[in-house]
Amino acid sequence: MSHGNMNLTLKVWKQKNKNEKGRFETYDAKGISPDMSFLEMFDVVNEQLISSGKEPIAFDHDCREGICGMCSMYINGRPHGPKQGITTCQLHMRSFKDGDTIVVEPWRSAAFPVIKDLAVDRSSFDRIMSAGGFVSVNTGNVKDANNILIGKNEADEAFNAAACIGCGACVAACKNSSAMLFVSAKVSQLALLPQGQVEKQDRVLNMVKQMDEEGFGNCTNTGACEAECPKSISLENIARMNREYLGATLTQNK
Amino acid sequence: MSKKAGFLSSSIGKKFIMGITGLFLISFLVVHCFLNAFIFFNDGGLMFNIGAHFMATNWLIRAMEIVLFLGIILHIVQALVLTLENRKARPVAYHSTNGAANSKWYSRSMGLLGTLILMFLIIHLAHFWVVSRFTGIPTEDANGHEDLYAVMQVTFSQLWVVIVYVLAMISLAYHLMHGFQSAFQTFGLNHKKYTPLIKALGLWFSIIVPLIFALMPIAMYAGWVK
Ligand code: HEM
Ligand code: SF4
Ligand code: FES
Repeated sequence: MSHGNMNLTLKVWKQKNKNEKGRFETYDAKGISPDMSFLEMFDVVNEQLISSGKEPIAFDHDCREGICGMCSMYINGRPHGPKQGITTCQLHMRSFKDGDTIVVEPWRSAAFPVIKDLAVDRSSFDRIMSAGGFVSVNTGNVKDANNILIGKNEADEAFNAAACIGCGACVAACKNSSAMLFVSAKVSQLALLPQGQVEKQDRVLNMVKQMDEEGFGNCTNTGACEAECPKSISLENIARMNREYLGATLTQNK
Repeated sequence: MSKKAGFLSSSIGKKFIMGITGLFLISFLVVHCFLNAFIFFNDGGLMFNIGAHFMATNWLIRAMEIVLFLGIILHIVQALVLTLENRKARPVAYHSTNGAANSKWYSRSMGLLGTLILMFLIIHLAHFWVVSRFTGIPTEDANGHEDLYAVMQVTFSQLWVVIVYVLAMISLAYHLMHGFQSAFQTFGLNHKKYTPLIKALGLWFSIIVPLIFALMPIAMYAGWVK
C-alpha cells in the first residue's frame, strides 16, 4: 500500500521545559503513508531526526488505541485534529492531503504546564481525582450482581460518563480552559450509582474546589468540550454537576 | 475532608450569578418591550405616554429600577471577573484555533457582545432616562402627560441614532441566543424533554424581542408611526 505516499510540512511547537519560552520549528515529513496514524508519522519524523543527530520531538503516548488519553496534541487548531470522536493515535494521515502544512501545538492551559514540546503535565486532573473522585465507604464483599437494583437509564448514563479517559481535550478546546466536562464526568459516574451516592455531596464540593484551585477557567457553556471530546461526554454532566453543587452547598450541615 | 470554599466565590457560583442576573435582565426586557410597543398604536403617543407615566410614578417600578441597575452592574462586574480569570487560565495563546469547528461564534463572543450592549446602554440612558428623570421632558400630550413620545420622535429623526440602535439590537439578539439557553444549563436544568423547548423558546425570544425593539426607531424614522 505504498501508493499515494504524502509529503507534508510540520510546524511543531518546541519548548525545553515549562519555564522556557517556546517557538515553532518547521520539519519535513517525507514519504508518509496515508495508512499511518498521526503518532506513527511522528515516529518516522523522529527517527529521521535522531539518525541525522538532531533532537526528536517530545510527545506523549501510551496505548495507541484511544483508551489511555495520553496523546495530547492540538492539530490545526483542534484537539486531536480534524476528526470527531477520536484521539490523536486514532487519527490517520489519510485525513490530510499531500503537500499540507500541519500546525501541532501542546494543550495550552495554566493548569497543564508544558513538560517538553508537546507533552504537558496533567497531574492537576489527578489532584482533582484525589480530592473526591473515589468511593471510600465500606461496600463489603462481592455481592450477587442483582443485589443492588440500578435502572437501565442510570446505568447507561453512569457508563457513558465513565467513558472519560482524562485526556484533557475538553480543557484544550475550551476558550476558557475550563475543566468542567472532565470533572462533571467524574462526579456523574459515581453520583449516579448507589455506592457513589453516599459521598456525593462531599465529592462534588471537594472536586470543584480543587478544580478552581488548579487554575482552570470558568465555563461559559460554549459546548466546545462536548464537540471535541473523543468519548463524546455530554454537557448534561455539567448541568448535573451544577445542580449537585448547588444542592450540596444548600443542604450540607457542616 | 478539606475546608470548602464559599459557593459564590466558586467558579460554578459565579456562573449562577451571571445566569440569575442575565435572566432578571431578560424579564426586564419583556416588560420594557411590551410597554414601548404601545407606540405602534400610532395614536400620536397617547397610549405610550400613559404607560410611561405609570412606570414613572409607580413606587414598585421605581424600586425595581434600583434593583435593575444593581442587576446590570452585578452582571457586568461578574462578566469582567470571569473574563479576566479565563484569560489567566491560558497564558500562552494558541497559534491557530478553529473555534468554528466546535462552537458558535456568538457563544465565544459574549464579552464583546456584552460590551457593545453596554456602550449602547450608556447612549440609550442619555437619550431617555436622563431626560425623563433629570433634565425634564419639555412638552405635554393631549392627556396632560409628559410627552416622552415626542422626545422619542426627535431622537429617532437622526439617522445615526437609528443605525446605532439597530446594531445594538443585533448584538443583543446574539447575546441572548447564547445567553438564554446558557443560563438554564448553568442552573443545572438540562433535560432530554425540556432542553429542546428551552432552546427553541430562547431562539424565538432572541429574535423577536430585539426585532420589535429595532422596529421602533426604524418606524419613527420612516414615519410609519407618527
Ligand atoms: C451590559 C453589558 C453586558 C455585558 C458586558 C454582558 C456580558 C456577559 C458575559 C461575559 C456573559 C458570560 C458568558 C456566558 O455565560 O456565556 C453573559 C451572559 C449572559 N448575559 Fe450578558 N452582558 C451584558 C448585558 C446583558 C443584557 C442586557 C442581558 C439581557 C437582557 C444579558 C443576558 C445574559 C444572559 C442570559 C447570560 C447567560 C448567563 C449564563 O450563561 O449563565 N446580558 N453576559
Ligand atoms: S471529558 Fe472527554 S475531552 Fe475531557 S478529559 Fe474526559 S474524555 Fe477527554
Ligand atoms: S495513545 Fe492512548 S489514547 Fe492515544
